Amino acid sequence: MLSFLAKRLLQLIPTLFFVSILIFSLQHLLPGDPALVMAGEERDPAVIAQIRQQYRLDQPLPIQYVYWIKGVLSGDFGESLRIKVPVLDLILQKLPVTMQVASMAIVIAFLIGIPAGIVSAVKKGTVWDYAANLFALWGISTPNFWLGILLIFLFSIELGWLPASGYVRPSENFRASIASTIMPAFVLGNAIAGILMRHTRSAMLQVLESDYVRTARAKGLSERSVIFKHAMRNALTPIVTLGALELGTLLSGAVLTEQIFSIPGFGKLIVDAVFNRDYAVVQGVVLVTATIYILLNLIADIAYILINPRLRA
Amino acid sequence: MKILRVATAVAALWVSFGTAVQAQTTLRIGLAEDPDILDPSIARTYVGRHVFAAFCEKLFDMDEKLNIVPQLALSYETSADGKEVTIKLRPGVKFHDGELLDAEAAKYSFDRHLTLQASFRRPELAAVDHVDVVDPLTIKLVLKNPYSPLIAQLTDRSGMMMSPKAAKAAGDKFGLNPVCAGPYKFVERVQQDRIVFEKFQDYWDKDNIHIDRIIYLPIVDSTVRLANLKSGGVDLMERVLPTDIKSVDSDPKLEMSRALELGYQGITINIANDKTKGPLSQSEKVRQALDLSIDREALNQVVFNGEFTAGNQWVNPKHPYYQKTFPIRARDVEKAKALLKESGVKLPVVVDLLLPKGPEPEAVAQVVQSMAAEAGFDIKIRVTEFATSFKQAQAGEFQAFLIPWSGRIDPDANAYVFLHTGSPQNDGGYSNPEADKLMEDARLITDQAQRKAIYEKLTRIVFNDEPLIYLYHRTILIAHSKKLEGYKQMPDGLMRVKGLTLK
Repeated sequence: MLSFLAKRLLQLIPTLFFVSILIFSLQHLLPGDPALVMAGEERDPAVIAQIRQQYRLDQPLPIQYVYWIKGVLSGDFGESLRIKVPVLDLILQKLPVTMQVASMAIVIAFLIGIPAGIVSAVKKGTVWDYAANLFALWGISTPNFWLGILLIFLFSIELGWLPASGYVRPSENFRASIASTIMPAFVLGNAIAGILMRHTRSAMLQVLESDYVRTARAKGLSERSVIFKHAMRNALTPIVTLGALELGTLLSGAVLTEQIFSIPGFGKLIVDAVFNRDYAVVQGVVLVTATIYILLNLIADIAYILINPRLRA
Repeated sequence: MKILRVATAVAALWVSFGTAVQAQTTLRIGLAEDPDILDPSIARTYVGRHVFAAFCEKLFDMDEKLNIVPQLALSYETSADGKEVTIKLRPGVKFHDGELLDAEAAKYSFDRHLTLQASFRRPELAAVDHVDVVDPLTIKLVLKNPYSPLIAQLTDRSGMMMSPKAAKAAGDKFGLNPVCAGPYKFVERVQQDRIVFEKFQDYWDKDNIHIDRIIYLPIVDSTVRLANLKSGGVDLMERVLPTDIKSVDSDPKLEMSRALELGYQGITINIANDKTKGPLSQSEKVRQALDLSIDREALNQVVFNGEFTAGNQWVNPKHPYYQKTFPIRARDVEKAKALLKESGVKLPVVVDLLLPKGPEPEAVAQVVQSMAAEAGFDIKIRVTEFATSFKQAQAGEFQAFLIPWSGRIDPDANAYVFLHTGSPQNDGGYSNPEADKLMEDARLITDQAQRKAIYEKLTRIVFNDEPLIYLYHRTILIAHSKKLEGYKQMPDGLMRVKGLTLK
């Protein structure tokens, strides 16, 4: 187990190095000039030249990369061109927000998706199965921005139960924090619940038809025990991977949902940064996101081992 | 008995706490974007100017009729040769850190605007050679040459005063914790989430400040911004879509405020940088034909429900510098066709029209495209993302470019940088020595009638050369809750918070 972990952690280094080069070069392929964007409406040439010099935009790309990566290795991700705040501070400010929304979304997705998938598999061909499938289809095919605006109209304008947008930190006011994040978390969770339901259903169906389940039933075990103790545990393995990947996607910022609900998370940060050609912010956020993604994959692998004893050897 | 006493004390505390909470009034304002840094010397976005209005006052301001009125200054006087401007400061003004705004502090603010490495104010104050302190409450701006738009520049960020003590300590990070002289002082900012201000107790005009706290909330999506206003999440919001006006009007809890913008929306024609040498750049007759093919009023009706104002000059028809002798030409397709025939171009005239992405420019481009088609133009609409369109415009990679200008109070700032030879925003490379001379002359004269006469001559030239086809002026649409009283919209579009009460 330890050597497995060490090997996987070592693999992180070349992967992240490759990612850093990719982000850096791809971003500079974007048309548009950050100095021009920053110079504002007036676009004064003296101001533009000064910005280029200040942020080393006038230097060759490899040299810009060396400066950046040197900073990153010493924990300095640079400074936002637009708001003059260190990128690391921005990341540390936004990451907890996105983590809160993402984990709430994943919990909602698991709470809806897995039971729906199990019911649908166990009650295959019945009205329960069709209802669960219909629900999954709705979740997958409903656009986030549409559902988001619909929820705002219903719960904020018509009923007045929840704030339409904005974010409150849990440390400030826990109830208000949940109220400000429950709608975006539901919008995100709803889409993932559909995917989880479909995967749980097919995994469960496969397991329920296997020999050992038939044996368990033949032994006279109760249906509850067969489903929860024997079938579900095996069926969960692929669901864990899927959950980890989805969580990774959510942590990289649910761009549209964060825009709609004005949640100051990663998604909003990166969208603003891309449109303003705020290179340092884009680079920093993408690098951190890539690291999170890789780590989540590693955690999923560890979870596999914990769930499935056969992999422990 | 003891329990009763404790309970009474708790109840009393609760009630007093409740009243304290009630007495605190907080105004929540929905912004369309997250502002950039809140440093008067290096800020550059329009949205940021809304926030400055709450905490960073300027030497001068404007009123509804576009008159320049004193704010942190009391008066100004320009010398006979136009090369010295003496400004008297308002006595007893304090910065948020308790420092006094005197002539030394004002001089420091100007020097910072002029010398800070990252300053965006340098081009605006380019005419200023240096600033002298005359007495503790008087400064003198010594100019390199007479420059009549200067006082108008001081109604914006160039006229904002900063506490020298705080600015010296913070350097170019001053905007992270700005200290100015304004009705509200900075409390905190969470990027992309909120900017919080609280009432400044030592403000020079504190009797006119009735709200305790102001929170700015960037809410990018206009539908969601409006949903917030309807549900009470914000009390005031900027940039209502023209299509949402009905929804605001039909809500008994809401009210609209309007003002005609100082800027314009127009099509810049690439005259000298057009690498493909299309017909538009070759002959003014072709440009005049394109202009004549457009029905500006129909455009306003179709795209904006008639809410905006058709325009044909760099200032709007209500501006004191609007030239009434040059009214909007009526659409004349026959004359447009005749002009195209006269110029001998091959029909249809293909035009590459570049525009930044967005529902407004796209809709305008489509209407112009269909109108111009009737006269013999084949407009190819090329939509690009904002930053890219800027880059392409500067590189001359366009034949026509649909681009807005937010506008300034003085006509010089709406004309010179777009029409003068070699100016930074003259993307089409327009150059006419006669026009250049007129724009230079207008900068030297302060008398309004004389300046207007010069601009009349310029209008005649621009009407003939057509380097820029002016289309319309937006109406600034601000919506607020009826609980907010005393709101007046100024033509610069900014939301001012002084004098407002919240019930």
